[in-house]
Amino acid sequence: MRRDVFQAIADPTRRAIITLIALQAMTPNAIADNFNTTRQSVSKHLRILTECELVKQEQQGREIYYSLEIDKMKEIDKWLAQFRKIWETRFSQLDKVLSTLKKQKK
Amino acid sequence: MKHQNNISEVSESDSLFDFSVDKTKKTVFITMEFSAELALVWDAFTKPEILDQWYAPKPYTSKTKFMEFKVGGRRFYAMVGPDGTERWAVQKYTSISPKSNFKFFNAFADKDENLELPGSDWDLNFREQDGRTEVRITVYNESLERLEKLIDGFKLGFGMTFETLTHLLAALSKK
Repeated sequence: MRRDVFQAIADPTRRAIITLIALQAMTPNAIADNFNTTRQSVSKHLRILTECELVKQEQQGREIYYSLEIDKMKEIDKWLAQFRKIWETRFSQLDKVLSTLKKQKK
Repeated sequence: MKHQNNISEVSESDSLFDFSVDKTKKTVFITMEFSAELALVWDAFTKPEILDQWYAPKPYTSKTKFMEFKVGGRRFYAMVGPDGTERWAVQKYTSISPKSNFKFFNAFADKDENLELPGSDWDLNFREQDGRTEVRITVYNESLERLEKLIDGFKLGFGMTFETLTHLLAALSKK
């Protein structure tokens, strides 16, 4: 099943998990302590976040630590930034085309 | 929260550019002001031979296969990458008031013009004042909904704005 970054962040618990582990890598138990939900439910969310490649796991001794995949999170911000960039470029290109056309008319 | 990401720029020829986003309305606003008369700017948006000169951000080029600028007509065009890859899209004109306003529905498509939905609704307004022409564009984009969910989630959940998180992520990625 293909998952994307937007599916990962559609759920409020997953968004909360992302903000938690943005600050430091955490074990599933430590993450679950922040929620009024079962450990199973938190594991399910962590699995989805991992499948979306938003979160990575690292084994340290007997514990698994979850941390954020920074690059993936940046995709969302890029989405709007790219659209702005495209129009900035169009704007300056159109500005040049208009000056050329104005000169031709004279 | 309204009209954030507001950026104004002045180009060499004294033209103006402004880009803002209203996430609650899933709408992007683009305002441009050119030191050119209305008729010329209108042509630049409605004639394929001029559109193709500026519509694709370099190094891409714009290629209009056909364009019928009338209500119910459409423009079928591609953004051609430096490696020759073509990204096709269709604009269907839904309303035209000459030299004042036109609206279209925009969607990506394959090379045979099969649409990839959802698309976006575009509304373009033109106005001349003192020899300068202002173009105001609003783009209503269904896919902003996904972004909106994310932003609201961060705000409501942890009192953290999207901007704060972005800064945090930027700082973390430098580590």
